[in-house]
Amino acid sequence: MKILILAEHDGKQLSPAVYQVVTAAQFWNAPVEILVAGSNTNTVAKQAAAITGVARVIQAEAAHLAHQLAEDVANIIVQVAGDYQVILAAHSSFSRNIVPRAAALLDVAMISDVLEIKADHTYVRSVYAGDILTTIQSIDALQIVTIHSSNFTAAKNTESNNTDVNNTGAQAEIVSIEVPEPFTITRWVSETRSLSDRPALTSAKVVITGGRSLGSAERFEELLSPLASKLGAALGATRAAVDAGFAPNDTQVGQTGVVVAPELYIAVGVSGAVQHTYGMKDSKIVVAINQDPDAPIFQVADYGLVADLFEAIPELTNAI
Amino acid sequence: MKVLIAVKRVVDYNIKVRIKSDGSDVDINGVKMGVNPFDENAIEAALRLKEQGVATEIVAVSLGTSANQDVLRHALAMGADRAILVESDLTLQALGVAKLLKSIVMREQPQLIILGKQAIDNDAGQTGQMLAALLNYPQATFASAIQVDGNTISVTREVDGGTETLALNLPAVVTADLRLNEPRFVKLPNLMMARKKPIETINAAEFAVSAEPRLKLIQVSEPSARKAGIRVGSVSELLSKLREHEGILL
Ligand SMILES: Cc1cc2nc3c(=O)[nH]c(=O)nc-3n(C[C@H](O)[C@H](O)[C@H](O)COP(=O)(O)OP(=O)(O)OC[C@H]3O[C@@H](n4cnc5c(N)ncnc54)[C@H](O)[C@@H]3O)c2cc1C
Ligand SMILES: Nc1ncnc2c1ncn2[C@@H]1O[C@H](COP(=O)(O)O)[C@@H](O)[C@H]1O
Repeated sequence: MKILILAEHDGKQLSPAVYQVVTAAQFWNAPVEILVAGSNTNTVAKQAAAITGVARVIQAEAAHLAHQLAEDVANIIVQVAGDYQVILAAHSSFSRNIVPRAAALLDVAMISDVLEIKADHTYVRSVYAGDILTTIQSIDALQIVTIHSSNFTAAKNTESNNTDVNNTGAQAEIVSIEVPEPFTITRWVSETRSLSDRPALTSAKVVITGGRSLGSAERFEELLSPLASKLGAALGATRAAVDAGFAPNDTQVGQTGVVVAPELYIAVGVSGAVQHTYGMKDSKIVVAINQDPDAPIFQVADYGLVADLFEAIPELTNAI
Repeated sequence: MKVLIAVKRVVDYNIKVRIKSDGSDVDINGVKMGVNPFDENAIEAALRLKEQGVATEIVAVSLGTSANQDVLRHALAMGADRAILVESDLTLQALGVAKLLKSIVMREQPQLIILGKQAIDNDAGQTGQMLAALLNYPQATFASAIQVDGNTISVTREVDGGTETLALNLPAVVTADLRLNEPRFVKLPNLMMARKKPIETINAAEFAVSAEPRLKLIQVSEPSARKAGIRVGSVSELLSKLREHEGILL
């Protein structure tokens, strides 16, 4: 029995969530292998091989995998699946695109965004935007699961005993596999990446999120950016703020956006709808600044300040 | 071209669901239900394709019990041409839904199938990708913009850190993000008219697929709430409290 982890990467670095999924995989007490698919995977394959607890890295390399289209990566998973009893990935837009496709091809009922592995085949996951926890048991022989990575600590690297992703002192064996024919009827056209010097939202230690009440894109930036710079924070936004054009789409925190779990989360003029709190309630310390003392965000905040954000934020920024 | 949209009936997003006292399941008896929000975006996208002269017919399909007629009526009132209810008493899960939808696709032969990117009750986010897999069709998930050009559809997808644009040969499966559009409101006269449009009902058993649930619900519970926090009276009090925490450098 073996476990396979589908690794998300950008050709340069493994996603930090891979390290957390390696920890989740230890539950089964079985050899853990990592699948790295792409067009230029030597660096990331070495990073994967250096993670403690990884027995082998499967490298699927081909020019047509440059953009890791779901159709192609799912076919690779299907090709190797026979060797494994459990297939895991971190729950992210990358895996949500690919893994269900692979699961259907393998006729497996996939389990999304698992918070806790209770027993072999038994998992805890949330439904209704995190309002309810369910314990479910799968009857499939093969388990296909995405992991709520912030619930698991990151595995360390073998050599330096830290999580420095640039440590490429490979330990585990790396094997290359034949890649299936490309699925030519989907073509990658282009991409846009938000350029920002700020840390990535999902891995930032501090996240500051602004809501609709910021009023405009200019004020959003003017008010929150100096504070973010001082704290080395990433900037998030509510759906209302994103829809109003105050912040880019990919900064939306919540059920429909990204899930963050920083050391410190500062919600600025955010009402605290469940769809939003779904994305931030794993944060270690939550601060809420809102002028409405009854705003639901205060129910999930460690420190609540009832104040006008247009006064409180500059004051906070100056005091740091 | 024909467009098929999948419409799920879910608890209204404003409602906080409760659990049954024995912890066996959620209690949605008498709770307000409606169209899954992402599916409204899917319907709206199809309507706009029709307004552009690209789509010729929009077929809405929902799987569940006869209660699902209400969400199909809503789709018809928004402007769908026809509706199909696939009736089943089973607890339908993503893989089973995908298998049944595949049967409908084989029958209807749509060029484009639009689903929501996730259902807000189970938050699975799987059905569209599974359907595309079973059909061996191209897929584009989390769509925030679509454009049909002859035999291809170009889809802008919301991904972590930005967007990605793909071109798919039709027929294809697309899943809608909330950003795809602003769904129109249903006007009362349209709702009245929708009452007259037929809803075709098919028993799921007529399709030779097994939609039995593979995931058994063991128990449900409420998550432990975050520990009650405190109110601070000023920015300086906030700062001094935060500075007491290890690892937070302010
Ligand atoms: C299917 C679905 C999915 C969704 N997914 C998400 C998601 O992923 N993420 C998300 O965020 N939302 C999501 N939403 C939307 C969510 O329900 C809320 O509408 C949204 O989070 C509200 O954003 P907001 O807090 O910025 O705005 P509002 O709810 O309008 O709140 C503004 C707050 O600012 C406060 N305020 C106003 N002025 C000031 C001031 N001067 N100083 C201090 N405070 C002030 C007000 O008291 C209020 O509490 C989703 C909704 C649906 C239906
Ligand atoms: N019972 C159903 N009836 C119709 N469509 C469904 C049903 N279940 C899921 N879907 C479609 O699949 C999408 C994703 O659902 P899910 O994979 O359950 O998160 C939904 O937004 C719907 O478009």
